[in-house]
Amino acid sequence: MSFNVPDDRHYLESHEWALQTDDGFRIGITDFAQDELGDVVFVELPDEGESIAQEEEFGVIESIKAVSDLYAPVGGGVLSVNEALFDSPELVNEDPFGEGWMLEVEGADETELEALLSADEYEDQIA
Amino acid sequence: MPLQTPPLRGIHADRGAKFTEFGGWDMPVEFDSIQTEHRAVREDVGIFDVSHMGQIHVTGPDATTLMQRLTTNDVTRLEVGDAQYAAITDEDGVIIDDTVVYRLPDEDGDATYLFVPNAGTDEATHERWIGYRNEFDLEATVDNQTDEYAMFALQGPNAADLLEDVSEDAPTELGRFEATGATVAGVECWTARTGYTGEDGFEIVVPWSEAETVWSRLECQPCGLGARDTLRIEAGLLLAGQEFDLESNPRTPYEAGIGFAVDLDTEFVGRDALIEANEDGIEEQLVGFQLIDRGVPRHGYDITNAEGRVVGEVTSGTMSPTLEQPIGLGYVPVKYADPGTTLQVVVRGRSKKARVETTPFIDTA
Repeated sequence: MSFNVPDDRHYLESHEWALQTDDGFRIGITDFAQDELGDVVFVELPDEGESIAQEEEFGVIESIKAVSDLYAPVGGGVLSVNEALFDSPELVNEDPFGEGWMLEVEGADETELEALLSADEYEDQIA
Repeated sequence: MPLQTPPLRGIHADRGAKFTEFGGWDMPVEFDSIQTEHRAVREDVGIFDVSHMGQIHVTGPDATTLMQRLTTNDVTRLEVGDAQYAAITDEDGVIIDDTVVYRLPDEDGDATYLFVPNAGTDEATHERWIGYRNEFDLEATVDNQTDEYAMFALQGPNAADLLEDVSEDAPTELGRFEATGATVAGVECWTARTGYTGEDGFEIVVPWSEAETVWSRLECQPCGLGARDTLRIEAGLLLAGQEFDLESNPRTPYEAGIGFAVDLDTEFVGRDALIEANEDGIEEQLVGFQLIDRGVPRHGYDITNAEGRVVGEVTSGTMSPTLEQPIGLGYVPVKYADPGTTLQVVVRGRSKKARVETTPFIDTA
């Protein structure tokens, strides 16, 4: 089975991604991660204005069969939260790199990117 | 210890199944998605490979006596082709396992039984039967046939139609908890109108060597243990190791809500203790509940009363695919067991409001 790994973003070994945007970084989980979890039924995310730190837990994702912590690929202040996931957590399964995004953070330290995997490196990890 | 594998492991892998260890077996947990598989069983038909379930065959002049002494229900009520749910209890009346007992056609004039203990318990159960047979000095042959037979569960409102399509003598006239020999896809199988989903359906015992023939002809949504779990939770059915466990969660059949499977007028191991338990009444009982707040209850989470004092523990929980609500099972003191009672479940340190519900959570067949 092959998984989508877009090369426009950075990856954490625990299967989260960060995508640079005009305002900071957008964060979500990978196609591989959503497939491992199966049907996502619940996502718990921080509130806007809270801060998160790189490689620390920022939330929880529950599928029917498992519960899993979410780790931040980059730190920063939470600018916005994808509230669509509260009513439609299945968006994480359907479009993990698009409509299934979780947070946008601002004020990230760009040197943190050095600790993350490139798309190629992440692809090797899940191969 | 290497995992035991069902006969069709390779076929399931080719179909894209994910696997999990369960009861010492390497079993498919998910083929497509739990929700897809779950919905197929509730609305149409799905098939499960449950070859990890044990099969123990008992025959001989004293077969009935042996079965009667080691299971809680009244085996003497079974005629050929009847199935019966029962518990297997220890001397203290604590559930060791639950099982379905089938009365097979007589062999050499002797009553003959097939019973199905849970995954991974077949060897211990076989030893238990042999041990008590010898102790009671009974004449019976006890064979562990777990590795000789595959077992498939064809479940859902359209299960009977599908079975009819591939069987010259489809036993669609069987009532619930009735069974018969039938030819399925040209293979002689023991076919029972039983299941673990709350839907109509059949459980089919197939010789290991013919497993592929039967499986491939019963074309419908393949389902894994993930959907089997969500379906049985909605149906309020017990899972060994969770709702009861000799070591980690010792329960009598009365606490577990399966007192209907205990016949105290019969002579069985655990009876004296259960007579006493029945007279004393229970202090705790298994209840179903729904979370009112957002979250998903899981095995091992604390249950508290409305004031926040821990009164019990979740034994099983999930997001119900049918109800789209978080539901679970757990033991609480009887004073909290009435439907409508408000409780709380502690989900990762946060108390979530819950309400006791009647089980099954759904309308069952």
